[in-house]
Amino acid sequence: MALDPLFLSRLQWVWVISWHILLPAFTVGLASYIAILEGLAYFTGKSVWVRISSFWTRIFAVSFGMGVVSGIVMPFQIGTNWSRFSDITANVLAPLLAYEGLTAFFLEASFLGVLLFGRKLVPRWVHFFAGLMVAAGTLFSTFWILSVNSWMQTPAGFHMKDGRFFPDDWWAIIFNPSFPYRYFHNVTAFYITTGFVVLGVGAYLRRRGRSPEEARLMMRMALNLLIVLVPLQMILGDLHGLNTRAYQPAKLAAIEGRYDTASSAPLTLFGVPDDATGKMHHAIDIPALGSLLLTHSWSGSVRGLNSFPADQRPPMAVPFFGFRVMVGIALAMLATVLAGQVLLLRGRLERAGWFLRICQWTAPLGFLAVLAGWMTTEVGRQPWTVYGLVRTAQSVTPSLTGADVALSLTLYCLVYLIMFPTGIAFMAGIVRGGVGAPDVPAAPIEAGQTPPPYLPAGRVLDHVA
Amino acid sequence: MWHSLVPIWTVILGLGIFIYVALDGFDLGVGILHGLAPPAHREAMMNSIAPFWDGNETWLILGSVGLLAAFPLAFAIIIPAVYFPILVMLLALVFRGVAFEFRFKHARLRRFWDAAFCGGSAVATFAQGVVLGSFIQGFRVDGRVFSGTSFDFATPFTLLTGVALSFGYALLGAGWIVMKTEGPLQAWARKAGRACLLGVLASIAAVSIWTPLASAAIAHRWFSWPNIAFLSPLPLGTAVLAIYAWRALGRDGTLEAFLASIGLFALSFLGVAASLWPMIVPGHYTLWQAASPESTQAFLLVGTLFLLPVVLFYTAWSYWVFRGKVSAGSSYH
Repeated sequence: MALDPLFLSRLQWVWVISWHILLPAFTVGLASYIAILEGLAYFTGKSVWVRISSFWTRIFAVSFGMGVVSGIVMPFQIGTNWSRFSDITANVLAPLLAYEGLTAFFLEASFLGVLLFGRKLVPRWVHFFAGLMVAAGTLFSTFWILSVNSWMQTPAGFHMKDGRFFPDDWWAIIFNPSFPYRYFHNVTAFYITTGFVVLGVGAYLRRRGRSPEEARLMMRMALNLLIVLVPLQMILGDLHGLNTRAYQPAKLAAIEGRYDTASSAPLTLFGVPDDATGKMHHAIDIPALGSLLLTHSWSGSVRGLNSFPADQRPPMAVPFFGFRVMVGIALAMLATVLAGQVLLLRGRLERAGWFLRICQWTAPLGFLAVLAGWMTTEVGRQPWTVYGLVRTAQSVTPSLTGADVALSLTLYCLVYLIMFPTGIAFMAGIVRGGVGAPDVPAAPIEAGQTPPPYLPAGRVLDHVA
Repeated sequence: MWHSLVPIWTVILGLGIFIYVALDGFDLGVGILHGLAPPAHREAMMNSIAPFWDGNETWLILGSVGLLAAFPLAFAIIIPAVYFPILVMLLALVFRGVAFEFRFKHARLRRFWDAAFCGGSAVATFAQGVVLGSFIQGFRVDGRVFSGTSFDFATPFTLLTGVALSFGYALLGAGWIVMKTEGPLQAWARKAGRACLLGVLASIAAVSIWTPLASAAIAHRWFSWPNIAFLSPLPLGTAVLAIYAWRALGRDGTLEAFLASIGLFALSFLGVAASLWPMIVPGHYTLWQAASPESTQAFLLVGTLFLLPVVLFYTAWSYWVFRGKVSAGSSYH
């Protein structure tokens, strides 16, 4: 079988972006959490907040560094493997990517240095401010990159000339029809992901009897955040689904597992999709519930995949299973958070060993849900890169051979398989060390520099302690 | 052709790429020297760049998406043509980037991560030099796409530019270490800096002889009257700065060598620009032909004129916070 540069380029994209998205999925929420902890430290003056913040900041440093290096790979992918896509869409999309760099990356990188290394070098309010700026940077970055992604799903505000896009209305481009839903759905997903990690780490520390006060605070904060966000996310997900139904009906049909159009359509819980025959095998259905969920009416009509031309259908399996994984995880999360709240209100949270163990198991679930949701929406967009207008097959770099991409994909696999497990192991090591481990952040550059005159000496030590 | 935003974007993009080269150049250069320095000094070398490297690399992202936004056709042709140099550069940057965090926490594998840091810095630099050489030697183009193979980049000339940039970044790194350290490490960096300076000058000479021999257009650009008069400040200025840098590396001065090496980069950068102007895809497309429409350039310009000074301001502020000399003992780890 000849190596297909298109197929291999798609695999390479999946590989580099799937690993990369795990990092923002964690750092976006963690940056906000650290900003809150720094704020609590600043306004209450209690050293426990500094200890918790320092602990998470060390983990943040590792994950952010990995996020930077795996993120630099991404814009170059658009050029190396998707150069036709670049040429066709750049007039519209590239300024949004450039604004991501200008508004977000520099903010994050510059203030992260101060957050990590500057605790002794700058006044306390500046350190808190640095935390706020890093958090703002991650949210700006999410804003722009999801605007780009949403535009590829629901393009707007342009005209086409010579097969290329030209901008007409920047407001319509940035705030394209699926963007608000996708943005809030993603940011909430990222916050929930971080929330479950914080909950799990708190539970781990509690079980090991390490840093009991910090562990209790982490779990309380995480549970109080998640009891709001997990139900909210289900509402946001439903709204996002209605938006998909309006703008990307083929994707929705794949998600629902519907090949044939039907009114009063059942909800297919499980089945084995078969694109070749256009049939769902071994389906487990709940009558009429599909119509109710999608159209909010018992008899609403749900369009099936077979009603679309054959060359405009996404493959069903990935969106179908990806969506079920995502929703299944959401239900498990809801159950965990409800149980945790009940225990919290009864004051039995820290003694419920079974629950602490569950919290450890659920810690990585957010990442799986983000990946599953991402696969659902991206594969569901196929066979297009820009929905309905530019095909994936027209987007790939024409000069590439299958062997070129096979070689590059192999190298990406090797390097990422060294880097990511190592990074995860390091972060696990920091967690095992517990809060207040000896290597407390200090400045790398101190010798030869007198302490800043605007800092009362006593306060510096108190702040770091 | 001057009544458009193209000249403004040419300046902004040129400035962005130059800032990237100067900033990430010094931290990549410190990485190259890291492997050559006495082991006792390596900790301090790494600490001297730890708060800055990710901010510096951000300019690489801005350079690439800036090119995509302002001159998308150039991006769509050039990047596929240097598929493997870009790949190697990215993977090398991955290794050296994570090495900052990993080497501190992994005593057993410290030697591996030290090698990853130094090797990653050297390979990434060499790959960037190959990209630069490929850009100067030009690409095969058919319509709006690159029509060569993914191995067109591999020529003796691009190997030379790879070596040239390695010497250049190492010189920037040596200047940085002289500025940020004292004692034996600073003395070592002065000697290393002089060796790198000789390499830089030999490389500049080789590239300056090679390019006009290989390209009649470039020869005509430089050696026809009156161009030769207008362009002569570039080689003359290079000679003056080189002598100044040599003496600064020998004296007690700390800041001068770093600034002089940035000056050498600026003159070489202008030299390449003078050779290729007004082409952005040499031999095929001018800046104007490869530009995005005015609506795109205007939309991005509004924000850039506001945001770029802000970015420069707080970048400078973060350098100011970490001013002063670095020592080996105190790291945040």
